[in-house]
Amino acid sequence: MKKVLRAKMLLLVVTSVLLLLSACGSSGGQTATSDGGSAGDKEKLVIGFSQVGAESEWRTANTKSMQDAIKEAGHELKFSDAQQKQENQIKAIRSFIAQKVDAIVFSPVVETGFETVLKEAKDAGIPVFLADRAVDIEDDSLWVTFLGSDFVEEGRKAANWLVEETKDAEGDVNIVELQGTVGSAPAIDRKEGFEEVIADHPNLKIIKSQTGDFTRAKGKEVMEAFLKSDGENIDVLYAHNDDMAIGAIQAIEEYGLKPGEDIKIIGVDAVKGAFEAMAAGKMNVTVECNPLFGPQMVDLIEAHLAGEEIEKRVAVEESMYTMDQAEELLPTREY
Amino acid sequence: MKSKLFWPLMILVLILLINLFFDRSFFAIEVKNGYLTGSLVDILNRGAPLLLVAIGMTLVIATKGVDLGVGSVMAMAGAAGAMAVSGASEGGLVPLFTAIAFVIGISLLSGVWNGVLVSRIGVQPIVATLILMVAGRGIAQLITDGQIMTVYYEPYTFIGGGHLAMLPFSFFIVAAVLAIAAFMTRKTAVGLFIESVGTNPEASRLSGINSKNILLMVYIFSGLCAGIGGLILSSNVASADGNNAGLWYELDAILAVVIGGTSLNGGRFSLRGTVIGALIIQSLTTTIYSIGIAPEINLVVKAIVVLIVCLLQSAEFRKKVFGIFTIKRPEKKKEGVSLS
Repeated sequence: MKKVLRAKMLLLVVTSVLLLLSACGSSGGQTATSDGGSAGDKEKLVIGFSQVGAESEWRTANTKSMQDAIKEAGHELKFSDAQQKQENQIKAIRSFIAQKVDAIVFSPVVETGFETVLKEAKDAGIPVFLADRAVDIEDDSLWVTFLGSDFVEEGRKAANWLVEETKDAEGDVNIVELQGTVGSAPAIDRKEGFEEVIADHPNLKIIKSQTGDFTRAKGKEVMEAFLKSDGENIDVLYAHNDDMAIGAIQAIEEYGLKPGEDIKIIGVDAVKGAFEAMAAGKMNVTVECNPLFGPQMVDLIEAHLAGEEIEKRVAVEESMYTMDQAEELLPTREY
Repeated sequence: MKSKLFWPLMILVLILLINLFFDRSFFAIEVKNGYLTGSLVDILNRGAPLLLVAIGMTLVIATKGVDLGVGSVMAMAGAAGAMAVSGASEGGLVPLFTAIAFVIGISLLSGVWNGVLVSRIGVQPIVATLILMVAGRGIAQLITDGQIMTVYYEPYTFIGGGHLAMLPFSFFIVAAVLAIAAFMTRKTAVGLFIESVGTNPEASRLSGINSKNILLMVYIFSGLCAGIGGLILSSNVASADGNNAGLWYELDAILAVVIGGTSLNGGRFSLRGTVIGALIIQSLTTTIYSIGIAPEINLVVKAIVVLIVCLLQSAEFRKKVFGIFTIKRPEKKKEGVSLS
């Protein structure tokens, strides 16, 4: 008799644990509603936003920009954090469809596998806007537009600055390049844009190019090796992100050269660390990769719902910051 | 009898000579800013974290175990160290010692966790340490809040970037840890105990060795080595990156141990071999950077060299390949059968 009771107890415990676990599992893609405040004379829209996660300062700034912009425009936001998981994201989009939102914004975790859920959105008549990252899907009627940084353009901007800076230089200008993670879109595109511009200037030469995996430690290690093999010959460093540039700056200082003077340093991203380095005179320029495109996105959504025609690819408005502006702008940087 | 270290040593020399072919000044060491600089110094300096982790890993592998958690322990230690000094201002050395205490604390704790799981609860090493490999990175990100944490406190950078007697300070850390490990295992009975536990834990226990404590000890030592390695990494770039610090170090460390001739089956181990193995890996990395191999094929080049090293170490393979060139003699006794 006692044994049966015990078995029953065990069963009870097991089922309750299972229930608890399943409850935890579903909370991953939960959506939180934030009140959008009172609407003005415009129609109040309900916008669902599925973000990748919160893996970097850049991403956090991006999320905040979207949230603020939607709130300020008087719309209602339904926000969902996918925590880097595609299944959470698909779940979130399905729940947006079920709630009949007016528009869905999402930054896909991965490029593929969203066909079905995007078709469901299309059948429900809900327009989808891609933010920051693209999807790899044949049928481009599944989304309205892709708003994101143009990495190739960022590479071109970096090169243009260098061309301008070295127009009076005599002889060759030797460049070393720290690439991003091999095969990643920013690494491929930033390299392409840069090379495209310097191809017209035969005195600008890339003498070494190696991956630094977008990290500070690797950037430093690779730069150290570059300095040992090419040393004083290096005139310019082009790093595919600011973190690698910051690591390389340390290597250059330890080698006994002056970063920013002996070796010109170009970074991409415009993160706070780069501004600190520029304010200290150790870095020359950083090309912005702007996460604050919330307002631009809201404009696009409003324009589309008002019946305007929108291009399939819209580039984020981005600029470039040099050493002279750094000190002044440093306190205002949000990320 | 030819030493087991002959082939690894040959490979190391070969890699360094290849560099000389591309860059005549590769072996040049000059005094700059008051300390020695040069590619060879770089290899020692950059290789310090790997050397440390690999020394710890050697002892773990000698007990027929493996510690997959080292990479994560490095990330945690770096994060803990950076956190301890994040608010510190210039001047006092107190925050530095707090950071060191934090690092040692967290790495000992990780070591005890792994050691208890393996020795007391009897979880298989690969599974037990896998837990920390996954969870540790999460903890590191919790500490750093998922962001890259930058340290502005100058003394913190001394550990991984400072110099002593014209040499990088990290070099002395490695030398000290190596000396302690070598002394403990070669001048006391501990080394023999480790080998015997690795060969047959049950027989060792029956002959009076406290196998459980030996196991616990090697995991603690491995955790400590990884923690110090993580501190060097983080201190060197004056920042802590929970996501990327120490990523895949466990694999490089295992590789270094294997290249050095220690068998994954446990038993006999060679600290000297491990040091050579770690130096081979680091020299290879530095070589790839300085002779300008395209980043897309970095890993392939690395893999090919590792393959060659492993093949050369196999007596069977050497006999097959080099045997072609020698005149057949009457069969001799097989050489190089290890104790295990």
